[in-house]
Amino acid sequence: MSDIQLVEAPPGVEGAGFFATSLDKVIGLARSNSLWPLPFATSCCGIEFMATMASHYDLSRFGAERLSFSPRQADLLMVMGTISKKMGPVLRQVYLQMAEPRWVMAVGACASSGGIFDTYSVLQGIDEVIPVDVYVPGCPPRPEAIIDGFIGIQKLVQTESLRRRNAPEYQKLLASYGIQ
Amino acid sequence: MGKITNEELLKKISEKFGGQITVVGEPYGLLTIETGREQIIDILAFLKNDAVLQFIYLTDLTAIHYPGLEKSIGVIYHLHSLVNNVRVRIKVFMPEGDFHIPTATVVWEGANWMERETYDFFGVIFDGHPDLRRILNVDDMTVFPMRKEFPLEDPNRVDKKDYFFGR
Repeated sequence: MSDIQLVEAPPGVEGAGFFATSLDKVIGLARSNSLWPLPFATSCCGIEFMATMASHYDLSRFGAERLSFSPRQADLLMVMGTISKKMGPVLRQVYLQMAEPRWVMAVGACASSGGIFDTYSVLQGIDEVIPVDVYVPGCPPRPEAIIDGFIGIQKLVQTESLRRRNAPEYQKLLASYGIQ
Repeated sequence: MGKITNEELLKKISEKFGGQITVVGEPYGLLTIETGREQIIDILAFLKNDAVLQFIYLTDLTAIHYPGLEKSIGVIYHLHSLVNNVRVRIKVFMPEGDFHIPTATVVWEGANWMERETYDFFGVIFDGHPDLRRILNVDDMTVFPMRKEFPLEDPNRVDKKDYFFGR
């Protein structure tokens, strides 16, 4: 008997030979279990991410084993490490190259707030240049914390309406960063 | 120990630049002299090209800021004679509001990036430098961050505000 568990079907109407639910939920289910992360690792949080990807913690259990090193194919930008002010425009460029829908995770204290680097040369959190969906605290965070943040992203993806990216508040958010 | 003692080295420099240098001291055996910007390039070229001394290696070129002093910013050269295994440190201090010094790239090409870095962090203008622009910091930075009048901390930092800690 296999112990492989399948994802539970979303709530819907089930009958003989048919199952009806809304398109949002099906697409959210599919997307959330096949996120392609783009690791933007600059320092020690990136080392923790390596542990997260390796067999012991195994992020592929969540459908994210396919890392995309091209931003054009990635769904999730995982920023792990200190981002200096000089790298800010590069990070922003990477974000702009990602196709919608796209999510961003700030892993660790430096990416979230600048961390211990309260100094003239370091970006005080990547949310100065791009919008962030999930912040993972820690210096560096344990792989469990990164997985917890990833599950947070999955929940966002599952519950997000298909039209959210056209919503005025989302457009307003992007406009506040000067995007589009 | 080097093949040349500090006394011999100082004697050779004094023979040529007698009244133009002052000896600061010999901390940890490193001969340290101070001079003015008018003759600094001549001294560097002499130390490099002299047949005996052969200070062919510019170890470091940086600056230091003493706010409050009349001559507040100094440029510091560290030279190394690989042949004689001896080092020397030369300091040149400049008065407030006039941080100009001739470039050392005419003696060592390698001074190029060091002078760009010194300009980037201290705002020292190296006259005659081929490409004097910022090297490490963002191009649109308006301050010279290693000068003491500029705060180290980033003003955009929000999570250290006093009201988060009940202050």
